[in-house]
This record gives sequence, structure tokens and C-alpha cells, in this order.
Amino acid sequence: MIDQLIQLVYLVATALFIFSLKWMSDPATARRGVFAGVGGMALAIIGTLMHPLLIGYSWIVVPLVLGALAGVPLSWVPLTAVPQRTALSHAFGGLAAGLVGTAKYFLWAEHHELTTFRMGAIALEVILGYLTCTGSLVAAGKLQEVIPTRPIMYRGQNVINFILLAAAVVIAVLLMLDPGRTVLFPALIVLALAFGVLLVLPIGGADMPTVISLLNSYAGLAAVAMGFVMENKLLITAGALDGASGLILSIVMCKAMNRSFTNVLFGAFGQVKVASGQVEQRTAKSATAEDAAQLLENASSVVIIPGYGMAVSQAQHRVHDLYEQLAKRGVDVKFAIHPVAGRMPGHMNVLLAEAEIPYDRLVEMDDINPEMPRTDVALVIGANDVVNPAARLDKNSPIYGMPIIDADKAKVVLAIKRSMNPGFAGIENELYFADNTLMLFGDAKGVIGEVVKNLSGQSGIH
Amino acid sequence: MQFDFIDGLFVLMLATFIGLDVIRRVSRLLHTPLMSLTNAISAIAVVGAILLAGEQESRLSTVLGAIAVFASTTNIVSGFLITDRMLKMFKRREPAPSTSSGQAR
Repeated sequence: MIDQLIQLVYLVATALFIFSLKWMSDPATARRGVFAGVGGMALAIIGTLMHPLLIGYSWIVVPLVLGALAGVPLSWVPLTAVPQRTALSHAFGGLAAGLVGTAKYFLWAEHHELTTFRMGAIALEVILGYLTCTGSLVAAGKLQEVIPTRPIMYRGQNVINFILLAAAVVIAVLLMLDPGRTVLFPALIVLALAFGVLLVLPIGGADMPTVISLLNSYAGLAAVAMGFVMENKLLITAGALDGASGLILSIVMCKAMNRSFTNVLFGAFGQVKVASGQVEQRTAKSATAEDAAQLLENASSVVIIPGYGMAVSQAQHRVHDLYEQLAKRGVDVKFAIHPVAGRMPGHMNVLLAEAEIPYDRLVEMDDINPEMPRTDVALVIGANDVVNPAARLDKNSPIYGMPIIDADKAKVVLAIKRSMNPGFAGIENELYFADNTLMLFGDAKGVIGEVVKNLSGQSGIH
Repeated sequence: MQFDFIDGLFVLMLATFIGLDVIRRVSRLLHTPLMSLTNAISAIAVVGAILLAGEQESRLSTVLGAIAVFASTTNIVSGFLITDRMLKMFKRREPAPSTSSGQAR
């Protein structure tokens, strides 16, 4: 009787989770989605607490309260640190799955209740859980720049990774054949932990959007495996929703870079091409903030293309001031968002939203590109590879074929950059040497601040 | 309530299709909040963790379960809070500087 009631509560929770994701389709309904999610989670917890087999609550309530207390400050991080926070929470999710799997294994092993099927589910849960945990910790470390963001490579890396994974699978199969071999189980945990670290170490900063999405998917799949271990359909559905979300985001990210999963995971982008020929010394034209201000205010349409550099220098609020100044003068200002700009999917949108730029001004790559030839000024702020015309023109370029925002097609390009050093991928960017490009050297926040000062200084006369 | 492996697979398959379909419609604007929201939802692992910590079948399972409850709750609370915090920032055109509304298309 109580069992049925619990299952019904779980059923409602599942429906709420689906609504929660459904309402995310539009910014206007998205907050309702959060409330549905909270409701679903509350029901899930209440339903579980009604379980008749629970004999004590102290081991539940204390960590529940502590977890809530730890969670609140984690939600206050600055928005530029959201990628790290996300990676960290994937690590927590993976850890929880891994620990539950471990506990279940030893319980069932003790009571000789391990069937082949249960063992398989546990092995899957434990491998996915622990590899998500360490992999996400490494990703978080790279995003926080505690660990070098450059790909960390060594000889035979892929071979070693493959051997680790193969060894984990072999152990999992051995355990399924005879779950009594308890000595093998810790080895499985160690292999999964090590594999997570080695999988993410060689992946560079610019590939983080894909990696985070992939780890998001793994965290969901670990929850699915836990559902089969705990024989719980709510876990399966909620985990599947998360897994599907991570999968779709990974696909979007890969498409936006014109690369495959295998290439992201095993390719170590941006490492090899050091000697790519033409090192001829060319000069780019540079401009002052004053020139830029003049160009911008005389334009009738401006497209701003932000990249990770904007996040690094926290320039989004200055960008908002610039937007205000130009909008006041009747300039049509739009923001062109490349799917992989930044360090996680949607990173730029959130930063610009934080700076109170209305979201109907944020335009996706595919929608803005047809407008670029009619655009007077393209202002590139800390973006590099996503506006590199080599992706369209140079068959030898490592990023050839990657969809880009056609900044070069605008009448004038203003590019804010700290120096002429090539970007993350180490690829020369033709855009900076083009006839219609003017460089604004300096920190994005400082440069835009200067431009805004020039604009607001004249606003009285205007 | 009896759990059947095949039932579980059916549920998994259907939920995956629903998930793929629903997520595909999520606005690209909201991909970051989407990820923090699914983070919170995948902390549904708390269900398994609570059962372990509450059934107290062995010392090990209780302690591991309690740690898992902690880790999942952290994700639930921070995930939902930060998602809401981000979503609150997404505004259409703000009403205050509507001096420019003349040229708004």
C-alpha cells in the first residue's frame, strides 16, 4: 500500500521533471521550469523518506542539512565562474553515484545476493560515477586554472587510456561471472578514478564546452545505472533526461567546431601545429579608442562578437554601457553568439544577460551571418577562432570547415585584443591583417571603457 | 513493488526519447541554465543515497550513503538556486531606458 503511494509520488515527480525541461524552451517560461524541478525533487525526497525500510533518520537529515548549507554559497559564484561550478557539481554527482554503487556491492556481496545482472549494473554505475567524478575535478581545475589549461600530453597517451578502460571492462566482466571476487572490486574503482583523470588532462581549454557537456551526460547515465541497481524507475527517468541533455549539448558543441567526439577526446586540439609555414612579419593596423568611438557612433548597424576574452577581463558591464550609448544614438546593436564561445554552452548569453542586455539582442550564428555583409561595424571582443576566416578559406588550416561568424564581411572590423599572440589554437588569424580591420590593443574592459568615455563625452554636443 | 529489468529498459528508452525531444527545443540562449538545471535534476541520486543511509544495513553502507546524501543535496540546492539566479537575469527589453524605444524595431 505504502509502496504504491511512493511509486505514485515518484510518478508525479517524473512528470514535473519533464515539465521543468519543457519550460526551458523559452526564457519567458524558464523560471517556471525551475519551480517544477524543485517541486519534483521535493516530492522525490518526501516519497523516499516514506519508505518503510528506513530505520533511522539521523544519517539522512544531518547530511541533508549540511549539503543544503554547502549548496547555498556555491550558488553565489560570479557568473564567470559558472563553468567551474558546473564541473564541480558533476564531480559531486559522479561521487554520489559511485559511493552508492560501492555500498550496494559490499552489502550484496556479504549476503551473497549478487546476481550477474546486479553486478553488471553496479559495475556500470561505479565506472561512470567515479570517472565522472575525477574527470570533472580535472575539468574544474583547468577552468579555475589551478591545472594548466593547455593540453597535457605524453607519448602513448591514447594507448594507456585504452588499456585502462579495457582493464576496467575485463574486471567488470570477471566480476559479473563471479561476483564473489571482492578483491577485484577496489581495482575497478581505482581504474575508473584514474581513467577519469587521464581522459580530461589532455583536453585543452577551448574544448571545455564539449567536455563539460559530455561529463553532464555521464553523470546522468550514472544515475540511470543507479536506477537499475536500486530498482527505481524515478532514478532511471531523471537520469535519462539528464543524459539526453548532456548528449544533445555535446552534439551541438561538436557541430559548432566541425569535429567528432573522438577527435575532441583523443585529438588534443591545438598542440601540434607549431610550424605552420608563413611566419612572415605582417603588420596589422591599429586604432585608438577615439577612432573606434567615432566609427561606432556613425554606424547604423553594429554587431558585437564576444568571446572568452570578454569573460576573462569581466568586460560585460562595460559592454552594456557601450550598448546603451549606441542604442541611445539609434544605432542598431546586435550580439552574435557562437555556440562554442566561452567555456561552456551558453556562457556568453548568461554573461550578457547579467549585464542587463536584453536577450532579444542576442542572435545565433546562423541567423546573423546573412546580415554581416550589410553590417557597418563588427566589434570583436576577445573572440578569436570563432571569427577566423581561415575556417572558410584555408583548406590547410586545422579549423577548416568549422562554422564561424563572418565578421570579416562587415564593412569595418574592430578587434579588441591584448596582443598579436595567436589564440588558444595557436592559429594565425587573417582577420587581424585584413584591409577593413582595425585593432584595438589592450584589455577588453579598459578599451571598451575608453570608447564609452569618448562616446558619453560627446553626447552633450550630439 | 516488484521491479522488472525489462520494464526498466522500456522506461529508460521512453525517457531518453522524451528527453532528446524536449531538450532539442530548449532555447540556445539558455544552455548554461539548462545544464545547471539538469545538474540539480540528476542529483535525484539522493533517492538512492537516502535509502542506503536510512536502511543502515551496515556501517559502511550507512556512511557512504550519508556522504552521497551530502553530495547530492549540495547539487540540488546550488543547482536550482543558481539556475534561478541566472534565469532572473534574462530580460527582454528593460522598461527603464525606454527613451530608445522609438527606434526599437
